[in-house]
Amino acid sequence: MHQIKHHLNDALLLGYSAGTLPEAFNLVVATHISVCDDCRARMHACDAIGGEIVAASDEATLDDGCLAATMALIAAGKTEPEAVRTIGGIFPLPLQTYVGGDLDAVKWRRIGGGVSQAVLTTADKATVRLLRIPGGVAVPDHGHGGLELTLVLQGAFSDATDRFGAGDVEIADEAMVHKPVAEAGPDCICLAATDAPLRFSGIVPRLAQSIFRI
Amino acid sequence: MHQIIVVSYDPATQKRRNSFMETATYAFPNADAHLSAKGYAVAGRGLHWQKEGSVNSQEPTKRTEWVAELVAIRDAQDQAAFAALFRHFAPRVKAFLLRSGTNPGFAEECTQEVMATVWRKAHMFDGTKASVSTWIFTIARNRKIDMLRKTRRPEPEELPWGPNADPDAAEALMLAEDTRELGRALAALPEKQRGLIERAYFGDLSHSEIAAETGLPLGTIKSRIRLALDRLRHAMT
Repeated sequence: MHQIKHHLNDALLLGYSAGTLPEAFNLVVATHISVCDDCRARMHACDAIGGEIVAASDEATLDDGCLAATMALIAAGKTEPEAVRTIGGIFPLPLQTYVGGDLDAVKWRRIGGGVSQAVLTTADKATVRLLRIPGGVAVPDHGHGGLELTLVLQGAFSDATDRFGAGDVEIADEAMVHKPVAEAGPDCICLAATDAPLRFSGIVPRLAQSIFRI
Repeated sequence: MHQIIVVSYDPATQKRRNSFMETATYAFPNADAHLSAKGYAVAGRGLHWQKEGSVNSQEPTKRTEWVAELVAIRDAQDQAAFAALFRHFAPRVKAFLLRSGTNPGFAEECTQEVMATVWRKAHMFDGTKASVSTWIFTIARNRKIDMLRKTRRPEPEELPWGPNADPDAAEALMLAEDTRELGRALAALPEKQRGLIERAYFGDLSHSEIAAETGLPLGTIKSRIRLALDRLRHAMT
């Protein structure tokens, strides 16, 4: 893994730890943490804040027989699934769970300009998709109605702000209009989550957007 | 004086080493000096933060004792140990769930599920990554999401060596100390800032409101975990 330069911010890690982010963002956060020890350490630290809030909590009154009911649940013997460790490949495990496999299992749809996408199924209004951008190709100029997280899985792209290589995550808010260009070389594969539709600057991309649900 | 019991896990067989239990005693020369003052509590807010310099004298011992209860549950299916852990944590977990806006029936059912999971997953607790409170918080959060959304929160990939194959007693103890320090740092925050963080955990803040929040007191504990990850990664490669 290339040296990760662009990390998650505290707000995203706090939201992930609190369990209040939309599923689409949770997936990008979990995938980034899978390859980033720095953000993993910050996640554990955020979890510790949650632990301290529980520790400092008042004591609520339990129903009568709460302990007995819990012992009955334990006796019923449901077992917890063991945590699955890495199964190899380009995609970290949480992403493989959503795709149903590694890069070769993705069902790509062309969206014009040589760019392909695959929308992953999540519950909330926020959406998450894989994007495949051939080397040297630009994604049309776009702004954001809300927050967009873009995690590079393979290759690299650059925009006005910086260069983003494998493992890097770009956090773009509504104020930002950018035009990412994939670096020459292998396809740039990204995982991108948004909580609002992207706003493209040109008429042709806007038409494509209405057809292809970008 | 503090005691900690190391939980171990055999990566080769992926089974816990039941026979392996190590007790180490450490002394913190300065830790006990300021522990005698009266405990601090804010009535009516539902949260009782331990202010620096007024930590209850039972606190450090209690924190590490919960590790012993978990080991007893893991190794001996010790119901008395579980009952003690339950009496301490179940009312707090339920209060946390109620503050998160769940109804009393849900909070009660979820609390039972959380405590049953504590029993089932006792072998996966790793004191170098989390205190017992932290660990139980993560179980409560995940169970709440499972029950509310009917989908699991995507979890990061476990590290190749995890759960920690060789947890270091000194490291676990330092993490416990860092966790207490984090608690004190939270308690020392201005009321408004601490209130925002609490509301974020109770699900009362939108993402943009969280984004405006800066200055989480993550420093020491984050650095400690980061160093431990580095050390393990070097040992593995």
